[in-house]
Amino acid sequence: MAITCQRCNKEAATVHCTDLAHGEKLERHLCADCAEQEGVVMKPNQAPLNEILAKFVMQKPAVQELIDLTCEQCGMTFVEFRNHGLLGCPHDYDAFKKALDPLIERTHEGRLQHIGKAAARVGESVKNRQRLFQLRQELQRAIDEEAYEDAARLRDEISKLESA
Amino acid sequence: MNIIDDFAKRSGGWLSSQGPMSDVVISSRIRLARNLATFPFLTKTDEGQRRQIYRLLYERISRAELGSNIEFVDIEETSELDRQVLVERHLISRQHAEGEGSRGVAVTPEETVALMLNEEDHLRIQVMRSGLQLESMWQEIDAIDDLLQEHLDFAFHESYGFLTACPTNVGTGIRVSVMLHLPALKLTGELEKVSRAARDMRLAVRGFHGEGTEATGDFYQLSNQTTLGKRESEIISEFCKNVIPRVVEYEKLAREALIKERAAALDDKVWRAFGTLGHARTLSSEETLYLLSHLRMGVHLGRLESVPLNTINDLFIKTQPAHLQKLKGTLLDGEQRSVARADYIRGRLANEN
Repeated sequence: MAITCQRCNKEAATVHCTDLAHGEKLERHLCADCAEQEGVVMKPNQAPLNEILAKFVMQKPAVQELIDLTCEQCGMTFVEFRNHGLLGCPHDYDAFKKALDPLIERTHEGRLQHIGKAAARVGESVKNRQRLFQLRQELQRAIDEEAYEDAARLRDEISKLESA
Repeated sequence: MNIIDDFAKRSGGWLSSQGPMSDVVISSRIRLARNLATFPFLTKTDEGQRRQIYRLLYERISRAELGSNIEFVDIEETSELDRQVLVERHLISRQHAEGEGSRGVAVTPEETVALMLNEEDHLRIQVMRSGLQLESMWQEIDAIDDLLQEHLDFAFHESYGFLTACPTNVGTGIRVSVMLHLPALKLTGELEKVSRAARDMRLAVRGFHGEGTEATGDFYQLSNQTTLGKRESEIISEFCKNVIPRVVEYEKLAREALIKERAAALDDKVWRAFGTLGHARTLSSEETLYLLSHLRMGVHLGRLESVPLNTINDLFIKTQPAHLQKLKGTLLDGEQRSVARADYIRGRLANEN
């Protein structure tokens, strides 16, 4: 059963969004025209990526689920990516996999598997790499908070891991 | 004297017009997009982290010994005019010139290798050459990438390959671009066919200045869009063996047809261009590009022999706004530039005769 647009009450709602205001969730279901007028759908400034996203992600029925995707490593949300066209960190490719795969397939002639040159250090401890990533995030936080003792400790830990 | 002042006086290795097929192929370029595995992409870094990334890259690139005295230019510390010089020489993107925060470029003295630090990705490795030389360029950039990987850990995924800030670059991270000079196809009205064919082959068609620019003055840049699920060598050989030779052949047929069927009209274009460039008192950059294009075609077709090709190629670079201002040693507004441009070209052409 199709939901009709909450704004014009005529067209089928194809844009479903959740706004967060004062800690409360507000769900809205709009047709494409109304969504644009409400400023929900961004005018594509990074075409064709945004166009593709709009076409292939926005109209998927399970869109809500995709919109809620957040990367636990860098904090980027899928909506944020959708608006800017750029990802926040390497882990986003896994965190947004469900939403990104169709887009990647579209832009790369239906392909999802890399077959070219491999990185020199493939297979090197993935754990180490994630740990380094986290330590760097913590280091930045420590510097921002002027917690210099913590920063010094983190720096030591980073250089130890780096030279390992 | 800084390295940019030095550049502004020369015409740049990738424009020497000596490579294979250089009557139609102006230049080739390959770039690889890479990101450090243990930092967020630049969208999620603050200035502190950007600086850390910049310093790390700076230090490791210096240590990697890429050969021939690579020089770093800190874009943040560079004047707007000098940034523009780098853009006009195709060493950095406009986006990189106009961006914010810690960022830079490392360039070899011959200007055939340029590494952009903190552009859209942490690192973009670029190799440029005159004419069509993609196969040897791939070997070169592959070797640079290998050397860098001895010192840097790049973000890489089992299935997605090298990870990039924009998913349109993921996988190989490779962008192969070839700049073509297609004046005859433009004159015979067949250019649209080439554009359509290129798009059917999933190639992007752009103008003289690359991304985000319109094709002006008969110059077109073709580049791949698919970066995932194909080998680098496959992407490159498609260009070298298939796409480019066909377009070149097509342009040459159009040139021959012009000589055979419309020789007077062709000569008129070429000689009018020569006349205008030799005598005009003001010239806009757009008109200059258009006139130099006709002059270049005339020289390649032997319709006009008094101007050496490298003078024409040099004029393409030197008549751009920032280069003109560097040559004059002062900032100029648009109107003053048009006068300076016409003066400079007149002087150069008079010297050749």
